[in-house]
Amino acid sequence: MTLLTNSVTACTGTLIVGAGQAGLQLAVSLRENGYSAPITIAGAEPWGAYQRPPLSKSFLNGDVDEDNLSLRATDFYTENAIDARIGTRIWDIRLAASGRGGEAFTGDGRVLGFEKLALTTGSRPRRLTIPGADLTGVCYLRSIPDATHLRTLLGVAHTVVVIGGGFIGLEAAAAARRRGLDVTLVESYGRLLQRVVAPPVSAFYRGAHDRRGVHFRLGSGVIALHGDERVTGVELSDGTVLPADVVIVGIGVEPRIELAHRLGLTCSRGIVVDESARTSNPTVVAAGDCTVQPHPQHPDTLVSLESVQNAVDQAKVAAATLLGRNRPPTTVPWFWSDQGDLKLQIAGLSTGFDDFVVRGEPDSESFSVLYYRDGHLIAADAVNRPHDFMAVKRALSLGSTIPSEEATNTDFTLKALIRAVDAPLPAGRRP
Amino acid sequence: MPKIILHSPTGALFTVDAQIGASVMETAVKHGVPGIVAECGGALSCATCHVYIADSFIDLTGQADDFEDEMLDDTASVRKPNSRLSCQIRMTAALDGLEAEIAPEQ
Repeated sequence: MTLLTNSVTACTGTLIVGAGQAGLQLAVSLRENGYSAPITIAGAEPWGAYQRPPLSKSFLNGDVDEDNLSLRATDFYTENAIDARIGTRIWDIRLAASGRGGEAFTGDGRVLGFEKLALTTGSRPRRLTIPGADLTGVCYLRSIPDATHLRTLLGVAHTVVVIGGGFIGLEAAAAARRRGLDVTLVESYGRLLQRVVAPPVSAFYRGAHDRRGVHFRLGSGVIALHGDERVTGVELSDGTVLPADVVIVGIGVEPRIELAHRLGLTCSRGIVVDESARTSNPTVVAAGDCTVQPHPQHPDTLVSLESVQNAVDQAKVAAATLLGRNRPPTTVPWFWSDQGDLKLQIAGLSTGFDDFVVRGEPDSESFSVLYYRDGHLIAADAVNRPHDFMAVKRALSLGSTIPSEEATNTDFTLKALIRAVDAPLPAGRRP
Repeated sequence: MPKIILHSPTGALFTVDAQIGASVMETAVKHGVPGIVAECGGALSCATCHVYIADSFIDLTGQADDFEDEMLDDTASVRKPNSRLSCQIRMTAALDGLEAEIAPEQ
């Protein structure tokens, strides 16, 4: 099952660039749909597809190891005739003038021919660009080496500063506190998780982490990192210098779009794809963190969905598109974040909400926030409240709603409050 | 290596080798056993690795904790007394030969 490497020879098969969750799923879905031509997955990292979410959670805590992260056994690739080329970076791709297939060029000088092309190149952590950003002890969290390095440093650290109050920052802060370290989290906005949750959820996480001993500096910019070789401090915009022997940076990700640019594909932050995972070149598909796609209910808006669920479901769609099949049914986006003993589950996309209600008591550390737009339920954040999460996920998958005036009544389960939407669906909303 | 025997809803039988300490879900997914979706990768967040444990193994696999218990209330397939989320069962030598049926919908 080796792909032809002679660029003069006619090419067959599918090349998937990027061996993460989306790339693996694309290959699996092609095979499940009966595709029998060669499949090659090229990945720059020296591992087959692995789970990234535990890297900032159980892996950082030392509860699981590298072996547990792998998404498939080595045998799986052989048995399914998937040629997994790990440690292979593709640096250029050229499409054939005929419009059918093309060639990809690897870092070690090989040429991989293909008939169909899929980009699942993922994203990289956004880097700090301030003075001192290159000091030893400044860590990012995206890959196995990142997490292994950080785990080692946390084992001997005393004082940790986390830059960024998003999911990665909060999960890392929780892991560092669990080790008893002194942790301060710095966030430039005035509240945590500002991009993704409503103010009551932000306030809850502030309070909950505070109770667990995390110090906060919200509304503070970071202007420099101090130290000679190793980082020793973090200078804030007000001149304060926080001592630090480890700095964890979680300020978002940037999609990897260099190859898409070389191919002339339209990009807007990520690679722009349609609801069938087609790029601006209809013969090329893309899936996962490297993409931006139409919002499922408001297709005029492009959204980037950085989640396992999206990587998997979009990859399934991309595989169907490559095979000329109908798109699989639309799924409800969902997400989770484990911060110590706080389990957040998010169903739906709350972007653009115009109303929300809080169900349960945040101080009890078990509550939900349900989001509405034009009177319809669009999403929920559930903290330590699995029933609410599952009920909202179900309501959204049915295209139903839960009336906001009833949702706060904890005498009823949310499942019992699911109602059909009587009003006509908003324009552009798919059944 | 302890073995896990999984019955798929289509009637197919899968026997897979498990590492001690790995979860039933993780082992099934790594070997590509169909029907165990496991979107969240074992974080107890999605309830898509639902299995029915064979009677003879129920005592050995123990009880679902409170969170798993709540998630099991809302699985896509009907909950039965022997329902478990397979991500929450870690393999031990004593579980060698563990038999379970994969829930038809996840």
